[in-house]
Formats: sequence, structure tokens, C-alpha cells
Amino acid sequence: MSLPRRKMLLAALLVLGGALLAPLASNAQRLVTSVSTHRVLISSNFSGTELVLFGTLDEAPGAQIGTYDIVVTVRGPARTFVTRRKERVLGLWVNAASREFYQVPSYLAVMTNRPPAEIGTADMLRKNRIGLANHVLTQQLGGDIADVSPDDPFRQSFLRVKTAEGAYTTDPKGVTFLTPRLFRASVPIPGTALTGDYEVETLLITNGNVIAKQQTAIEVVKTGLEAIVASEARNHGFFYGLATALLALVTGLIATLLFRQE
Amino acid sequence: MPLRSGFTFSPGLPPVPIYLPIAELPVNIFLILGLGIAVGFISGMFGIGGGFLMTPLLILVGIPPAVAVASVPSHMAASSFSGAFSYWRKRFVDYGLGLVLLSGALLGTASGVWLFAALRRAGQLELFISLAYIVLLSIVGVLMTAESIRAIIRAWRGTPPMPRRPGTHAWFHGLPLKLRFRQSRIYVSAIPVIVIGFITGFIGAMMGVGGGFLLIPALIYLMRVPTTVSIGTSLFLTLMTMLVATVLHAVENRTVDAVLAMVLMVGGVFGAQFGARAGQAIRAEQLRLLLGIMVIAVGLRVAAGLINTPVEFFSVVPKDVWQ
Repeated sequence: MSLPRRKMLLAALLVLGGALLAPLASNAQRLVTSVSTHRVLISSNFSGTELVLFGTLDEAPGAQIGTYDIVVTVRGPARTFVTRRKERVLGLWVNAASREFYQVPSYLAVMTNRPPAEIGTADMLRKNRIGLANHVLTQQLGGDIADVSPDDPFRQSFLRVKTAEGAYTTDPKGVTFLTPRLFRASVPIPGTALTGDYEVETLLITNGNVIAKQQTAIEVVKTGLEAIVASEARNHGFFYGLATALLALVTGLIATLLFRQE
Repeated sequence: MPLRSGFTFSPGLPPVPIYLPIAELPVNIFLILGLGIAVGFISGMFGIGGGFLMTPLLILVGIPPAVAVASVPSHMAASSFSGAFSYWRKRFVDYGLGLVLLSGALLGTASGVWLFAALRRAGQLELFISLAYIVLLSIVGVLMTAESIRAIIRAWRGTPPMPRRPGTHAWFHGLPLKLRFRQSRIYVSAIPVIVIGFITGFIGAMMGVGGGFLLIPALIYLMRVPTTVSIGTSLFLTLMTMLVATVLHAVENRTVDAVLAMVLMVGGVFGAQFGARAGQAIRAEQLRLLLGIMVIAVGLRVAAGLINTPVEFFSVVPKDVWQ
């Protein structure tokens, strides 16, 4: 019951959004996407994984590779980050000025079939939040929460550090068209990925206009021992600490006894 | 795929990842095990917890400082266990002195864990830990090195070792609450002993170190306790305070990573066994010289991190992930 209703709602939104965005919206191609998994499990040997998204264009008469562009954006659970700039004080490099990035994605991946600059105008890319630089990164500025201009040094540094960490990633060849109507996107999920809900957004673009949009979600969860340890540490701090201390005593005792017998 | 973790920082080791549930990142299990063994060896050799080496090393391979500081105490408890046990069997532990020190150390540990949490909220933890390392390690390292060089020169010239001067009294010998510690052959007020214990526990909890590198010199040079009894008593105290610190960090900061601790412990206890054997083959003053040099080296390494112009001027840290 809910699926047709959601699709109807989506269609309604598309028509509404399309009417504002592009005159082409009236003959919008239907975009269907599917992800390889909806649950990424973090077990004890987890060191990152790859999420694969497949998509087709339902009605695309006369489509050729190059007619359509695809942008896949994955946003991880929102977190607040503090960005600090080091300055030299009395010969030492210490954290001085700082900015708070309020509830921004802990993970952000932008996959496209060609460089975003070739897909649309700067204005269109900004409007549709395509690319890392165009993503809304709200900062706590005094009492206000707002995004600042893309050339703000803190904003640029935040993106640079996050990209170096592997938490933010962009790949202008991350989407490949297998046929004119079928595409595939691979999204790297790093080992440092936080648990929570990840939003996957796919945009279909032609001639610099967004003509369809699909959204889905995946979940990253800890499983097995990892899940137990994390939940015990959070919920039963005292017993967890006691158990760890006991573990230390027992490990020490076992080693002592082992070596005494030799 | 660039990962900000020890996983990529492990040249020459087989890449076997293990996911740390509290640090929330994968590391190479052999790298962590290797660190455990190496620091355990040093720990057994010198009769110290080894936290002053382990905590900065873990931070260097990408473990968040809050997790490193809170998880290292359990490793120190495990690797000092064997040492404490063997010194106990040779009757080199002064329990009277140990218990008085412990009463101060427990107060100090609780205050240290509390201040650690407060500094973490204020965002200046990193700088504070670095500065504390530099100041403490350079003072202790230089004092220790200078003294042991003098002792080695004396031994080389054949002059008798530094005489115990019963006539010389430091200012704290005039304080009340005097206690006699037979094993240590000293008769001193409980007040300076409690203060030494407090400082050791406080700094230990805050810096993720056992404090042995502070306690041993304090006992040897201030209290004039024999070296072997100093080491034995310090091991006993390290074991106790580190067990308490583990529980307190788990309650107050919730950043104790049991998986990280387990791997470190297993490496640590074996390293400590071999270290203890190596330590017994070396003369006491040479052992002190080695320890002094190592303490200075770690201090310099931390200082270099603050003095050298960084490659990246900006840092990004999550705000209160664990709350």
C-alpha cells in the first residue's frame, strides 16, 4: 500500500519541482535505482566496503551515452565538528581560532559520470547541491547557524581535511553507463564510517537540467561482538570498566603462570 | 582508499584488520600487538607501566586521544602484573609505603579523570596533554640521566656509591604524622608520601600514563628508598591505580575500548616477561640512564610535534561524539 502512495507523492513532488526547475519536466523520464545492500554490517574484521548502486531510465527514447548525466550523492549521519586553525604562539603551534560546523554529514560522497562543471552551470550546481563545494555546510556563527561563501578558509579547510581522511569523497568517474539506459555507481564506505542512516540521492540530468530525482537510504550498524562492546560501554559503564580491569588481571596472571612453569 | 587509521600505517605487516568498536575505526591487529609487545618489554625491563610511550604511539597511529588515554591503563595493569608479582616474591614491595601512596593516588586518579573530562569538553585536551608530556618528561628525563651518569662515573672511578646521609634532612622531614617503613628503611611523615601518591595518580589518569616514571625517581631521590624497593612498590601502585583508572574512565568518559585493550594486553604481558629478564642482566645505574634517555626522547618527539610547522594547519574533530 505504502509503495504506490510514496511513488505518487514522489511523482507529485517531481512535477511540482520540475515545474519550477525545468520546462522539460513534463516528459520526465522515470528513474529507478537499487543499492547492493540496505544494511552495512560492521563486524570485527570490518575495514570499509563498497556500496554499489544500479539505476535505469525507464522512458528515454533515443537515449545515447552522453545524453544524460547522473549524480549520486550519499550523506552520512549528521554530526557537529569543530575545525581549529593552528597558530604560532610563543614558538609553539597551538589551536587558536575555531569554527563549529553544525550538524553536517559525517560522510559525504559525490559520484558523477563526468566532472560536475561539465554537467551544468555553476548556478544550477549550487542550487542542486552538486559537488562537495556546493553542499550546504552550516556553521555556528555567534548565535546564528548559516552557511558561508565557498571561499571561506575554514570551509575549504574542513572539506580538505575531511577529503584527506576519506570521509568526504568525490569521483567524476564514479558513475558508469553500461548501456544508454543502465548505469552503475560505486560508493566507497570507509572503515571509519559512523553508524547510522545514510541518505542516497540520485539525480538525472540532461542539458543542464535536473529532470528526475530518486532517494533511498542505507543503514550502517555494528554487529556481533562490536555491537555488544559498544552498547555495554555506553549503557553499563561501571560494569564494563570492571570487566576490562578484571580482564587485565586475568591476562597478567595467565602470562605469569605460563612463564613460571618453563 | 585512504583511511585515517593505523590500518594504512603499518608498513611490512600482514594487513589483518580488527575493528575497534569504541574508537570506531579498523586497525592492523599486528601493529597493535607489536606495540603491546614492545612497550611491554620496556615496561618489564624498567619496572614502569610504559604508558608514557604507549599513549603517544597510539595517538600517532590514529587512535583518538580520548580513547588512547582511557584504554592504555588496562594494558599497564596487565603488563605490570607479572613485574609486581615477581618483585612481591622477592619481597621488594613495601606494602606500608604502597598503601599510604595508594590513598593519595586514588584521590589523584579521581581528580585526574574529572579534569580530563572537563578539558575534553573545553577542546584543549590535545594541547594540555602535549604540554604536560613535554614539561614532565624533560624534567624527569634530564634529572634521571644526569644522576645516572654521575653514578656510572663514580662506579667507573671505583669510588663508593653515593652514601646515605642520615644527617641530611629535607624540609619535609619536620612534618608530623611520622611513619616507619621498614622495607624501605625510611622514617618519614605520611604527608609528603600522600602528596607524591596524589600527584602520581592525578598525572597518570590525565595523561594516560602509570606515573612510574615520576614515582620511581621521587621515591629514590626524595624519599631515599632503595632502587629495588622503589621499583617493586611502584609496580604495586601502578597495578592498583591503573585498575581503578580503567573503571573510572569507563564511567566518566565512556572511551575505554575493550578490544584495543585486549590486543595491547596480550602483547604487553609477553613483552613484559622478556623485558624483566633483560632488566635483571643490567646494572641499576645503567638501567636508569637508559630510561632517562628514553624519557627525554619521547619528550623531544612530542615537542617536535608542537614546534615543527605542521603540514596541515587545520584540524577537524567531532564535537562530543561520546556523549
